Amino acid sequence: MNTLYLYTIVGVGLFTLGLYALLIHSDLLRKILAINIMGSGVFLILVALAARTQGAVPDPVPHAMVITGIVVAVSATALALALVIRVRTKVGHANLPEQSLE
Amino acid sequence: MEAMTSLPLMTLMQLLFDTLLGFALLWLGWRALASPDLFQAIVLFIAFGLLMAIVWVRLDAPDVALAEAAIGAGLTGALLLTTLARLEAKNRSKSALEKKHKVWLMTENVKLKTASFLWLMVILMLLVSGLVYAVLTLQEQTFELQMLVSKNLESSGVSNPVTAVLLNFRGYDTLLEMSVLLLALLGVWSFGGIPKPHESLPGPVLNMLSRLLIPLLIIVAGYFLWVGSDAPGGAFQGGSVLGAAGVLLLLVGWRLCIRFVGLPLRIILVFGLGVFVSAAVVLIFLGRQFMEYPPSVAGALILLIEAAATLSIGITLAALFLVGRPEFRRHK
Repeated sequence: MNTLYLYTIVGVGLFTLGLYALLIHSDLLRKILAINIMGSGVFLILVALAARTQGAVPDPVPHAMVITGIVVAVSATALALALVIRVRTKVGHANLPEQSLE
Repeated sequence: MEAMTSLPLMTLMQLLFDTLLGFALLWLGWRALASPDLFQAIVLFIAFGLLMAIVWVRLDAPDVALAEAAIGAGLTGALLLTTLARLEAKNRSKSALEKKHKVWLMTENVKLKTASFLWLMVILMLLVSGLVYAVLTLQEQTFELQMLVSKNLESSGVSNPVTAVLLNFRGYDTLLEMSVLLLALLGVWSFGGIPKPHESLPGPVLNMLSRLLIPLLIIVAGYFLWVGSDAPGGAFQGGSVLGAAGVLLLLVGWRLCIRFVGLPLRIILVFGLGVFVSAAVVLIFLGRQFMEYPPSVAGALILLIEAAATLSIGITLAALFLVGRPEFRRHK
């Protein structure tokens, strides 16, 4: 068992954890946190798979993709946070309406 | 790695460290999402980002580690905290102490029937097992892409393969990435001016610290830019460090002189993208493909593009921190 596969499984775990939190929370700021953690999970899988070959230099292409991904993630987060502030000034709170998942 | 097999203790230690790091990552991620206090959640998220940076180093991806520490943990954390401050939310949820398991499962604010909760769990479990199966049964790594990069590295003008991919082989991605960053800022600005700039005077510690740190951050940004051609670093790492310096300046109450907020600021914001696109277009007129850098000048071209990009990325990230368009016309 290679430790790289350990990291890919942790990546899958983070992705699912983030997805669950995204679905369950009604607070918008927490949903943004959840999306960021989902993204981190995806990045972790990509970089861990890039280093699969023992001893060799890891593949630089996924690394470049992940750096691009991190910058896109911070752009999306900044826009989403500005939207949350906007929602808060318009509606008075930054939550989705209370609802039962039924 | 062959040398490691003769040192089983070393391998065991590494395995232990990796396992510990993996579990710490999951634990922090979960606590960041489940903790009832939003401020605490964001601080945990920043810690999560820093731990992520250590993981990138463990996975031999120092370029990604630098980007994660500066952007993923640093700037995202700063953005989240400033948003929280602006929301002025009563962020401690009432039910925090009611039922511990509800907090742990993050369901304290959700009316959820047990049956539908179980269904959700089943679906997520199926997703996890499907994803784990897909990841573990992937075919052996193909070397084609990696070979292609190392074969053509010499003609790319830089010797750091990640920078070569970012600025030369897959320059198109980076061009679009910078457009996304600019579009995000345009989106934020389209909501109008800065909401309620309730400012407080910075304490003496922050004041002194920023005086020490800002020149240092600017030097570090320049170093990352320069070293990026043959070692971990580059435009995005340098740009985000410059952005951090900008955030620090904004925190101590510094504002751009109103004369420069209009056109000059906008020119700097699009400068990186402009240089990138014009380099690519000029090369078409010289009989090359779009973004095909001639190997003799590729190194210089990449450095030029990266220098412009570093400046623009830094200023854009600092402007995003303001969460709103700075006013540039004097009120009558």
